[in-house]
Amino acid sequence: MLRFLVRRLALAVPTLILASMIIFALQQLLPGDVATALTGEERDPQVIAFIREKYHLDEPLPVRYAYWAGGVLRGDLGESIRLQKPVSELIVEKLPVTLELACLAMLVALAIGVPMGVLSAVKRGQAADTIANGIALWGLSVPNFWLGILLILLFSVELGWLPASGYVSPFESLSENLAAMVMPAFVLGNAIAAVMMRHTRAAMLGVLGSDYVRTARAKGVSPLRVTLRHALPNAAIPIITLGALEFGQLLSGAVLTEQVFSVPGFGKLMVDAVFNRDFATVQGVVICTAATYIALNLAADLLSAAVNPKLRRA
Amino acid sequence: MTKPLLDVRDLAVAFDTDGGAVHAVNGVSYTLHEGETLGIVGESGSGKSVHVLAMLGLIPRPPGRITGGQVLFEGRDLLALKERELRKIRGGAIGFVFQDPMSSLNPGMTVAAQIVEPLRIHLGLDARAARARARELLDLVRIPNAVARLDQYPHEFSGGQRQRVMIAIGLSCRPKLLIADEATTALDVTVQAEIVALVQELKRELGMAILWITHDLGVVAGISDTVQVMYAGRILERGPVDDIFSDPRNAYTLGLLRSLPDLSGGRAGRRRLHQIEGAPPDMRHPPPGDPFAPRNAFATPRCRTEMPPLAQAPGAAPGHLVAAWYDLPNLLRQEVAR
Amino acid sequence: MSTGTPIAEAAGLAAPAGTPALIQEPGTLAAFWRRLRARKSAVAGLVIVGLLILMAVFAPWIAPYDPTATDWGNVRGAPSFVHPFGGDEVGRDVLSRIIFGARASLGAGLVSVALAVSLGLPLGLLAGYAGGWIDGVISRLTDALLAIPFLILAIALAAFLGPSLVNAMIAIGLSATSTFIRLTRAQVRAVAAEEFVEAARAMGNPPWRIARVHILPNIVPAILVQATLTIAAAIIAEASLSFLGLGQQPPEPSWGAMLNTAKNFMDQAPWMAIWPGLSIFLAVLAFNLFGDGLRDALDPRQRT
Repeated sequence: MLRFLVRRLALAVPTLILASMIIFALQQLLPGDVATALTGEERDPQVIAFIREKYHLDEPLPVRYAYWAGGVLRGDLGESIRLQKPVSELIVEKLPVTLELACLAMLVALAIGVPMGVLSAVKRGQAADTIANGIALWGLSVPNFWLGILLILLFSVELGWLPASGYVSPFESLSENLAAMVMPAFVLGNAIAAVMMRHTRAAMLGVLGSDYVRTARAKGVSPLRVTLRHALPNAAIPIITLGALEFGQLLSGAVLTEQVFSVPGFGKLMVDAVFNRDFATVQGVVICTAATYIALNLAADLLSAAVNPKLRRA
Repeated sequence: MTKPLLDVRDLAVAFDTDGGAVHAVNGVSYTLHEGETLGIVGESGSGKSVHVLAMLGLIPRPPGRITGGQVLFEGRDLLALKERELRKIRGGAIGFVFQDPMSSLNPGMTVAAQIVEPLRIHLGLDARAARARARELLDLVRIPNAVARLDQYPHEFSGGQRQRVMIAIGLSCRPKLLIADEATTALDVTVQAEIVALVQELKRELGMAILWITHDLGVVAGISDTVQVMYAGRILERGPVDDIFSDPRNAYTLGLLRSLPDLSGGRAGRRRLHQIEGAPPDMRHPPPGDPFAPRNAFATPRCRTEMPPLAQAPGAAPGHLVAAWYDLPNLLRQEVAR
Repeated sequence: MSTGTPIAEAAGLAAPAGTPALIQEPGTLAAFWRRLRARKSAVAGLVIVGLLILMAVFAPWIAPYDPTATDWGNVRGAPSFVHPFGGDEVGRDVLSRIIFGARASLGAGLVSVALAVSLGLPLGLLAGYAGGWIDGVISRLTDALLAIPFLILAIALAAFLGPSLVNAMIAIGLSATSTFIRLTRAQVRAVAAEEFVEAARAMGNPPWRIARVHILPNIVPAILVQATLTIAAAIIAEASLSFLGLGQQPPEPSWGAMLNTAKNFMDQAPWMAIWPGLSIFLAVLAFNLFGDGLRDALDPRQRT
C-alpha cells in the first residue's frame, strides 16, 4: 500500500510541475508587451517599470518561471492588479463557496446517476434502460448555463420559490444558503449525473455477468440483495475512479454555473479576473484547479485501493 | 422403482443472437434418483452446463430462453415455478459448486459472509448460529483453522481451498441434490484428486445425489454411478459407469475414450491417443439427424437425416442406453476396453 | 474454456469453427453503413446534423431578416407571425439570429476539432510509434494538459489570446488536443502489437509506410468516434465562451452570446433565452447521437 502511494505520488509531482509551466507560459500569448498588458489601461511609465521590476520581466522566460514557481511553492501566487490583494488570499476566500457547490453537485450527480445506472443495468434492454439512457443523453447534451436560465425562469421568475442569484454563507443561515445553492447544485450535477449513469451502467453490466453473481443467485439470494450486496460494491471501484475524473468537469461547469447564478466562488473569480485582465489571478485559479484535479485523481486511486480488499491487506 | 429425485423431460434451451437463435439444448431427458451420482460428460457447447443452469433459472434471459420441456424436482416442475419459489430451492434443496472458485466467489466479501448467506435465507438461522454453522462447514470440507479463516477474503485462500469453500457453500443447507459444474476443471491434477476424494467422502456422510458436470471422463470415472455423454445439446449415450468405459456403443463416446490417456499403469503407452476430427456443428442450424454424424466415420445415411432415439443398447448391461443407427466395430470397442 | 462468459461459450455462442464470419468482418464500408442505418438514433442524429449544416451554409437565403438589423418596433417583441421567435433587446429578429448563429456554433465545433485532430493525431502517432524518450516527453505533456479541465484551459487560453470567435476556436482546439494525442497513442500501441504489423516490419517495410498503410487505417474508427463526440463538446464550449463574452463578439450572432443577453431580460422576454438554448441542445444532442451510433456501428463488440 505504501509503495503504491509513493509510486502514484512520483507520477503526480512532475505532472503538476509541467502543468504549472504550461500555465505560466500562457502569458507569452498576450499580444504586445507583457508589462503593458498586465497593467491594463494604466499607462503610467512608473507603474509599468514597477511591474517590470516586480515580475522580473526583463529576465528570460525560464528565470521568470523559476521566480514564479518559487513563489507558488511558498503559497505566493502573485498579486491581483485589480483588487490589490494577494491572489492566494482571494482564492482562499472563494474556494469554500465553490467546494460547497461542487460537493452538493457531486451529491446530486451520485444520487441521480448511480441508481439510474444500476436500474438500467439490471433492466438491460427493457423500457427502464431505454428511458435511463435517454435521460443520460439529455443530461450530456443540455448546456448547463441554459438549464440554469430555464430553472431561474421557472422557479424564480414564474413561481418565486427560490432566489435567482446571490449567496448566503451557511454559517449565517443554513436554510438560505441551501435555498440559494439548490438550483446551481442541480444544474452543475446534472451533466455529471449523466456521465455517472453511463459509468455505473457499464460497471454493473460487467459485474452482473460475473461468475460470483451467478453463485449468489444459485444460493437463492434475492435479486435486490444480489444487486446491492454482491454487485454494487464490486462495481464501486470503477465508479469511484471515473467519478473522481469527473471532478475536472465539475470545476469547468462551476465557472458557468456561478456566472449564471452569481455565486461568488472560484469560477466567478476567474471570469471576473479574465474581464479585468487580471492575469495573475487567472493563472492562480488555473494552477489551483490543476492541483486539485491531480490531488483528486490521487485520492481516487487510494480510495479504490482501500475498497479493494486485495490491495488493502497486501 | 422409486420415484426419481430429478426428472428431466425433453428440455430445450435456445439463445437469441444477432445471427439467429442458437439451439444449445435440444430435447434432453433423464432421471436421477436419491443418493445417485450422475456424471454428465461433453465438450464446451454440448449443453451440459447450460441445461442445468437453465432449469434453475440461472441463464441470463434474454438472450437465453427455455423453448420446451419439463423438469420435475421432487415432483414439482421447476420450469413452471415463479422466480420467488425457485429461489427457495436454489441453494436450499439444490446446492451448487461452480468452476473456477477464484471468479465464482465474491472477491469483496469475506468467506464467512458468503457461507452464511444461504443459511440465513433457507434455514432462517440468526447471525450467530449461522456463523457457528459456517465454521462447522469449513471443518467439514477439511479447511484447517476454520475460526481464523472465516473472516478472510477469497484471495487469501489457495485454489484448492477456495474450491473447498465453494463446496461448503453448496452443502451448507444439506441439499438433496448437489450440482457440480466443472468443479475441478480449474485445479491442478493433484488438487483435483483431493477434491474428488472429498466429495466422495462427503457423499458417504451426507448421502445427497450429485450431478457432476465435466468435460473430463477421467474425473467422472472416479466419482459417478452413471455416466451420460452429451453432444450438441443431445444425450448420445448413458449407462453405468463401468459399462460406458468397457463397452461404449456411440462413436462419440468411443472418440472421447480414445482421446483419454491410459493412466492405469502396466500397459501405459501401448495405446495411441486419438483426436476427434472436425468441429462441432453450428448450433444456429443444428443438423436434422445425429449431430455427430458429420464427424463420424461409421455414420449411415440415415444418421444424417433422422435423430436416433436414446434406447437400450442391444447386448449391453441393463440401463445402458445409446442413440445410434449404427453398430461400432467390435475391434475398436475392445481396444478401449480395459 | 476461458474466463470470459462461460455461459455464452458453453451455449456455443463463441462461434464454432465453420460458422459464417458474421462478427469478424467489420471491414467493408457497406457492412458498416448497414449497421449504422440499423440504429434509428444514429440516423436521427445524422439527419439533424445535416439539416443544421444546410441551415448554416444557406443562412442568407433562409433567414427572413438581416440578423444584425435593429428594429425599434420589435424591441423584446413577443413571437408573432412576422417574427416567429420574437425580437431581442434591440429589436433584431431572433429567428434570423438563430439561423446565422449556427455558423458560429457549427463552425467552431468543426474547426476546433479539426485543429485538435491535426495536432493530436501526428503527435499521438509519433509518441505511440517512436516510443522511448519522445513518447515520454509527449505523454508527460499530455498528462499535464489533461490535468487542467477542458473548459478552464479554454477560458484561460481565450483570456490570454483575447476575445474573438477565431481565438475561441483556437482555444477550444488546443484544449481538446491532448485527448486526441492520448487516444491515438493508445490505439497505435494496441495496433502495433498486432501480428500483421509485426509481419510488415519483419518484411522490412519502412516505419512511415507501416504507419500509413497498416496503422493509420486501423485507428481511424476510434479517432472518428472521438472527433464526433468532441464536436459536441466543442459546440458547448464555444457557446460557453460566447456566453461569457470570450467568443463571438456583438453584434454578430452566436447562440451562446444570445443567451448571455437573454439572461438580463428573462422576466420580460423569455423567448430570447429559449430558442438559442434549444438550438445548442439540439446541435449537441445530434452530434452525441451520431457519435454513439458511430461507435456502436464501428465496434460491434461494444453493442448494448
